[in-house]
Parts: sequence; C-alpha cells; structure tokens
Amino acid sequence: MSDVLMNGRRVALVGNPNTGKTALFNALTGSRAKVANYAGVTVEKKVGAATTPAGHRVQLVDLPGTYSLRARSPDEEVTRDVVLGRFAGETAPDVIVCVADATNLRLVLRLVLELKNVGRPMVLALNMYDIAQRQGIRIDLEGLSQALGIPIVTTVAVRKRGLAEVLGEVDKLFAAPSHVPAAWHEPSAAEIRQAHRDAVQLLKTYVKPPLRPDTWTGRLDAVLLHPVAGTIILLAVLFLMFQAVFTWATPAMDLIDAAFATLGEWTNQYLPDGLLRSFIADGVIAGVGSVIVFLPQILVLFFFIILLEDFGYMARAAFLMDRMMGAAGLHGRAFIPLLSSFACAIPGIMAARVIDSKRDRLTTILVAPLTTCSARIPVYTLIIAAFIPDREVWGFASLQGLVMFGLYAAGITGALTVAFVIRRIMWRGATEPFLIELPAYKIPDAKNVLNNVWLRGKIFLRRAGTIIFTLMVIVWFLSTFPGAPADATGPAIDYSLAGMIGHFLHPIFAPIGFSWQMTVALIPGMAAREVAVGVLGTVYAVAADGDTASLAARLASSWSMASALSFLAWYVFAPQCMSTLAVVKRETNSWRWPVVMFLYMFALAYVASLVTYSAAVALGAG
Amino acid sequence: MRTAPSNIRLSEARKSDRGIVVGLAVASDLLHGVVAEELERRLLEIGFVEGARFEVLEEGLFGRDPLALRLDDMRVALRRREAAAVIVAMDPR
Repeated sequence: MSDVLMNGRRVALVGNPNTGKTALFNALTGSRAKVANYAGVTVEKKVGAATTPAGHRVQLVDLPGTYSLRARSPDEEVTRDVVLGRFAGETAPDVIVCVADATNLRLVLRLVLELKNVGRPMVLALNMYDIAQRQGIRIDLEGLSQALGIPIVTTVAVRKRGLAEVLGEVDKLFAAPSHVPAAWHEPSAAEIRQAHRDAVQLLKTYVKPPLRPDTWTGRLDAVLLHPVAGTIILLAVLFLMFQAVFTWATPAMDLIDAAFATLGEWTNQYLPDGLLRSFIADGVIAGVGSVIVFLPQILVLFFFIILLEDFGYMARAAFLMDRMMGAAGLHGRAFIPLLSSFACAIPGIMAARVIDSKRDRLTTILVAPLTTCSARIPVYTLIIAAFIPDREVWGFASLQGLVMFGLYAAGITGALTVAFVIRRIMWRGATEPFLIELPAYKIPDAKNVLNNVWLRGKIFLRRAGTIIFTLMVIVWFLSTFPGAPADATGPAIDYSLAGMIGHFLHPIFAPIGFSWQMTVALIPGMAAREVAVGVLGTVYAVAADGDTASLAARLASSWSMASALSFLAWYVFAPQCMSTLAVVKRETNSWRWPVVMFLYMFALAYVASLVTYSAAVALGAG
Repeated sequence: MRTAPSNIRLSEARKSDRGIVVGLAVASDLLHGVVAEELERRLLEIGFVEGARFEVLEEGLFGRDPLALRLDDMRVALRRREAAAVIVAMDPR
C-alpha cells in the first residue's frame, strides 16, 4: 500500500483512435505529446503528471488508440499490457479513463463494455462534446451512466473544458474503489457480436441522433476519395509538400550549416592544434552538424504530415494509395513511413509502427532506406555538377534536373521492387487485411500541430545526440588514427585506419570503377551519406572546405564518366548510413534485420554499379 | 453459410449501392494473412455487424479496389478481398 502511495496513483487513458485522447492527455498534464487523426498514430508511451481537485498527485499514461484489447499491432499490445497490468515492472492502473468521441459512440461503447471486464475503476470522458452539441446530438448522460455503471463526464480537450470534472471523478473512484474481479479474456466473435448488440441498444435508448449531422465530411469525401480527382489532389498535395521541404527548409539549413562552420572555426582558433581540437572540430562539431542540418527538413515534413493527419486526410491517402502499394506487396499505411523517408529514413522507420502486421511492418522498414533521403542530395548535386553537362533537352528540361529525377525514380522503383520480391520470397502467401476507419474531417488545432512538430524534432535531436553522436566519434577515430607520418606526401586520411580499410577494400570496388580515393570516402560516408562530399574534398586535398565548385572541377578531371555514374548508382542503393541500421536494430529489437538490410542493399548497390559501369565503359565513357 | 438468393457478397457491390449487412462468412484461412476467426473479429470490431446499414461511397482507381463505405454512422475503407467475407442484402436500385 505504502508502495502505491510512494509511487503515486496511476491513471490510464484508453480509447478508439481519433477521439482526441492525446489532446485530453496534453490538456490534463500540460505536457506535449502527439495528437493525430490518423487511425493509430500514437505510438510512444507517454506519461505525464496531474493534480486532482482533492490534491492527489497522479501519474497519467496516454495509451495508443485501439478498438479492442485484443492486440494486433505493437501499439495495441502496449495498451493491452498496461491496462491488464502485464507490463514488465508495472502494476495495473488505479483508474481507467476511457475517452470517446461524443459524435461517434457506437464502437467506443463496445470497448467500454469490454474494459469493464478488466475490473478496474473506470470513468468515461465524452470528448469533443461541443461538436456533438453543435450537431444536435442529445445524450442522456445520467441514464447512460447508470446503464453502464460508470461515471460519465463531458470534455472539450482542445478548449481545456471538463478537465477538473474528469479528475474529480478520478478522486471519487480513489475514495471508493470498486472491487470487481478481473475477468477479461480475448472476446470470441460471438461475444463481440453480443457486445455490439448491447452497444446499439444503449445508443438507441440514451442517444438521439444528430439534428444537424456533419455534412462536410461527405462533401469533402465526394472529391477527396474520388478515384480520379482524389488521386490528382493527392499528387498535388505531395508535390506541394516536397516543394516546401526543399524550399522552406533551405534558409534554415544554410543557417545551421554556417553556425556549425563558425563553431568549427572558433574551435580551430582557440584550441591548440592536436587531437582534442581535431576531435571537437572534425569529429563532434562537423559530425553532429552534418546530421542536425536535416532538422529543418524533418520539421517541415512533419508539419505537413501532422497537419494532414489531424485533418483526417491520411486515412484517405491510405485508401487512394492502397492498390498501388498493394501491387508491391505493401499495406496502404506504408505510404506515410515511405513518404517520411524522403527526408530521412530514420523518422520513416519509426513511423512504420502504425502498421499492424509484423510482416508488412518489416517489409516497409527494409525498403524505407531506398527512397531518396535528403542526405543523398549533396552527393548527387556534386557528381551531377561535375559530370552532367548543364544543357537543355527537348527544349524545356534541364539535363541535370532530369538526371536528378532519374535518381529519385530509381530509388522509388527500387523500393517497390524489393518490397515485391520480399513478399514473394520471404513471406509468400496472403497479405494482411486492409480495413481502416475513415475518420470525420476536423479542423486541426494550430497549437496541437506545432507541439507535435516540436515533439518530432526533439525525438530526432535526441537520436542525433545519442546514437548518431556515438557513430560520429567512431568514424572520426577511424579517419584520424594513426596520424600521418611527418614526411607524409598524401592527405592524412590516407594513413588512417579508414584509409587502410579503403585500400584494403579497393580490390572489391575496382570492378565497379571506383578509385581508391572513392573507396576511402565510403568509410566516413557510413556516418552520414553526405559526409562523403567532405571526405572527397580532403582526399583530393581541395584547399578550402565547402568549396564544392572547385571540388567538382577536380573530380571532373580525375574520374571517368563511367566511374561517376557508377558512384551515383552506388549511392541510390548502398547501405551508406549507420544511423539507419542502428534505428532498425532498435525498432526490430534484433541484429538480424539490420544485417539483412545491409547485405541486400550492398548486393543491390554493387550489381547496380557494376551494370552501370560496364554499360558506360562499353558505350565509350570509360 | 448459405446465402439467400437476394444476398450478395459486399465484394460484388458497386458505387452507390446500399443495403444491410446480414452476416459474415469468412471463406478460407489461406486467403487472408490472418486466420478466419481473426478476420471475423476485426470486421465485427469496426462495425460489420448483422443489421448495419451501408452505402458504397467510392471505389479505388485500379480494379475498383479498395472500397470506401458509409457504415451506419461511420466511414470505413476495405479491400474487396476482405469485403468478400461480408454478406449483404441489397436495397432495390
């Protein structure tokens, strides 16, 4: 007992997806967590604190949205295990707050009936009650509360209404805890049917249907779900999104780049020449800076994704894209993770948690790094500037732009083809059911959207601060030790471990047209793809760093066209990012999948480069 | 489950068709990535219960798949493959 008091009481928020559960959590705790309108997007377990009117300090847990305690995805397993007290090292919550969308009660009433079997004290919060009132839905709160045998409160989470009432009921439940024995078991189909009938009966008795139903959802869906118009709009939205990711983010990225460069210069000025300076300037500042520079793009991308989720559009996008994704053996929901991967595979792989099925999720994770992340762009632009003539083709298109487009297309085609092959070879047989709710459209709450974008940014930075930082230090170590001898003629990296590895590996890469300098650049490039640009600068001893124009000129004179094209092909497919592999290890909780990913991408890149190089040489570009 | 002559599988419905769900008949374990009982429970949980009213709102661009439906007071999307497990009685057109 004292243990419970010491640790504070625990209150768990449970509910269907899209009920504003996380918004209620944010309002109750004042913390910042993710809110979304796309079925099942709340993935991290979120904990916050609140104080009840009676002065109890309680711990609130926000759980992923679910239709039932029968868990189907990793998210829903979290919900089930927390509610049932099966989570390692945790007791069952003292009170369950079941959050419902007051305009859409049928499914949640069934969930309430199921949750009652858990045997924990419970309160039902009818959220978005203002919308229900506006629509003229009349709910007999007292009658429904008596019929269900649990207290009911009404809330408007985004307007912070009804918060004290929720916590007040929690207090009452603390004071008089009911002792119902836990009797939950996985409901059978017959039991689900019975619970549905009971829920429908409750609805008929206590809820009057809306006088002014939401007509906007129907009107919008007539356009947005339309097979032709809807698809065109989706493509337009995606186009806009990518334009924004690459144009809005550029000033901020330049600023971050400049800030880290200045920081590096200061270090070089104020620290004596030596290992410490090299570690801080070349390892920490340059390394972490090269990853943090992607923060603006990730923020812009997530701004759009969260806005569209909260609006309710993402489920429609999944509907429109399902057939196309399905042809490659992917689930309609894989669309969002793959979309995120265009900024960076790391958030994309994390977003794959929304996919129910383990197989679909793994397939998505395995192909996510093939979509062209923004770290490839500096490499692409450097090589294209050096080797592809800047001229117009067909009177309107730039040849350089066309090559860039081709590289993107190769990435997308690669991802879809690999997904298809994985389906065929590793997981033959049927695909998972595609069965999703299309939530009613809602105007996104600006504050919620910004909070959630910030939360995404924090998660990325935390990762940059831990995994990525560690990897940077390793790569710096390899590129620095042992130092160059006093009578060195070549660049220092040539004498380092990375240089040795590069020379050692060179015979493997020679058939695909890589010089030893190119091979050496691949090693530090493992930290982040675009680091290869800096390394090429070092290897070719181009004086001022950041001067890509002179580097491009230098490359143009030392590489053959065939080698350059081969290098591009390599970058489309190669597993050139240790951070991604580390995140895959974390997300799949096994070394098996990062190893599989590394091997298949390596093989794919090697074959692609070999074909490109051989073809180019045959055509006289050797 | 035998289906009455006027009943069809939801997978055969076209845009603007309306009707009522009369039962679930999950054909084979191998057709879906999950066992029949599991698919039945998922369909039930999202609202495909006997007596639920539906209207086909849209069909996908390729192969008219998946389907977007109004199901009672909700909206759902599912592939025709899954819709084949839902037996419906159609309103006369």
